Amino acid sequence: MGNKRFQSSLTKKFVMAFMGLFLITFLFVHLGINFLVLLPDTTAFNVAAHFMGTNPVIKVFEVILFGGFIIHIIYGLILQIQNWMARPNRYKIEGWSHTSPFSKFMIHTAAIIFIFLAIHLADFYFKAKLGHIGEVNIDGENIHDMAALVLAKFKIFGFVIGYIVAFVILGFHLHHGFQSAFQSLGLNNRTYTPFIKSLSTIISIVLALGFIVIPIAIYFGNF
Amino acid sequence: MNLTLKIWRQENPEAKGRFEKYEISEISPDSSFLEMMDLLNEQLIKEGKDPVAYDHDCREGICGMCSLYINGRPHGPDSAVTTCQLHMRKFKDGETVTIEPWRAKPFPVLKDLIVDRSALDEIIQVGGYISVNTGGVPDANDIPIAKEKADLAMDAAACIGCGACVAACKNASAMLFVSAKVSQFALLPQGKTEAKDRVKAMVAKMDELGFGNCTNTYACEAECPKEIKVTNIARMNRQFFGAKVSG
Ligand code: FES
Repeated sequence: MGNKRFQSSLTKKFVMAFMGLFLITFLFVHLGINFLVLLPDTTAFNVAAHFMGTNPVIKVFEVILFGGFIIHIIYGLILQIQNWMARPNRYKIEGWSHTSPFSKFMIHTAAIIFIFLAIHLADFYFKAKLGHIGEVNIDGENIHDMAALVLAKFKIFGFVIGYIVAFVILGFHLHHGFQSAFQSLGLNNRTYTPFIKSLSTIISIVLALGFIVIPIAIYFGNF
Repeated sequence: MNLTLKIWRQENPEAKGRFEKYEISEISPDSSFLEMMDLLNEQLIKEGKDPVAYDHDCREGICGMCSLYINGRPHGPDSAVTTCQLHMRKFKDGETVTIEPWRAKPFPVLKDLIVDRSALDEIIQVGGYISVNTGGVPDANDIPIAKEKADLAMDAAACIGCGACVAACKNASAMLFVSAKVSQFALLPQGKTEAKDRVKAMVAKMDELGFGNCTNTYACEAECPKEIKVTNIARMNRQFFGAKVSG
């Protein structure tokens, strides 16, 4: 049994939690920019997207962000595999303890979010990077017309449904993830923990709904 | 009461094991779960069969020896009680009751429902104690201890080491157990001296033994017969990171 681990369980959980919280802050930035696409003039969205794609400071953050995703995913997988290995013989009847249902399906929601992320990157991010996108001229400069791409995508029924499902799932993931991160970081306190738990619910709903209303507005609206 | 029992039978650690069905009748709703098991065993002995092996000792809910995973929950359907304190009135007449051993890689099945829980002892051995020099006994009131701290330490010390937290956890994590043992000392001045080495050693041992990683699902807290709180796990995390940072 003498398998000394390269990194302790608690350290891995710390990294998971820290990266998770970092990724949540990114989601807020992303959501803020997404809302610009609903403006009557899509210039603001295109300029913001152009800025995010070209600004050198953002490029550094981009590397950190990708690193964050990769570490969160790899550590999550390592922890999960160790957890499966910790119970090689399963129970016949299990899971009747009173617990939050969200927490039990983190790896499943994670898998769906990962698939969404891959499709999402292929649809928007890599398309923009590879330049397979129409251009608009803003202030004498030719930049990608990301807005047109987004508006076109969100007119496709199946795409909108897939997008909504993905963000409902993300909401479930965050509902457990946000408050759970504080516990893993050891930040538990009689006064603040109830507040953080409520905040977790609020954040998961705000982020999920925020991302979901945009395709709905585009699908049904005059864009 | 009449019950159908589905019980895990396994001759020895190497055997494959299987569920066997038993019918038992005229059980008093006032009897304890283990008394019901005793009656079953009497019946099996009379029939010339091998009685079901299961752990127990005090039958008062204080030793942590009894176990049993009953209908999907360690220590059965009642909350804050051990199996020996569980009453048959918590079941319905005619119900099928499935009884399994604790399942975790560090808890190998020895026979039927008995598992080897010495992994928990190994964790205690690497740091779950305080070093006390011999000599005259100091006056108990010499060291001031805040009431709140003393209460928290006492609550953590209520852990009887039964392993229900590991059994309940979907990851077979022992973090509630370890955190209770870390906390009961870390909160008191006598335990602070060795707190850093203790938490590092106990966490390392827990990992080495192959327990899973807590995912903050809190099934452990829901099932703990002594109602140990998961705030202990956060305290252990704090202690651990503090110890790592300060060396
Ligand atoms: S037999 Fe001692 S706690 Fe149940």
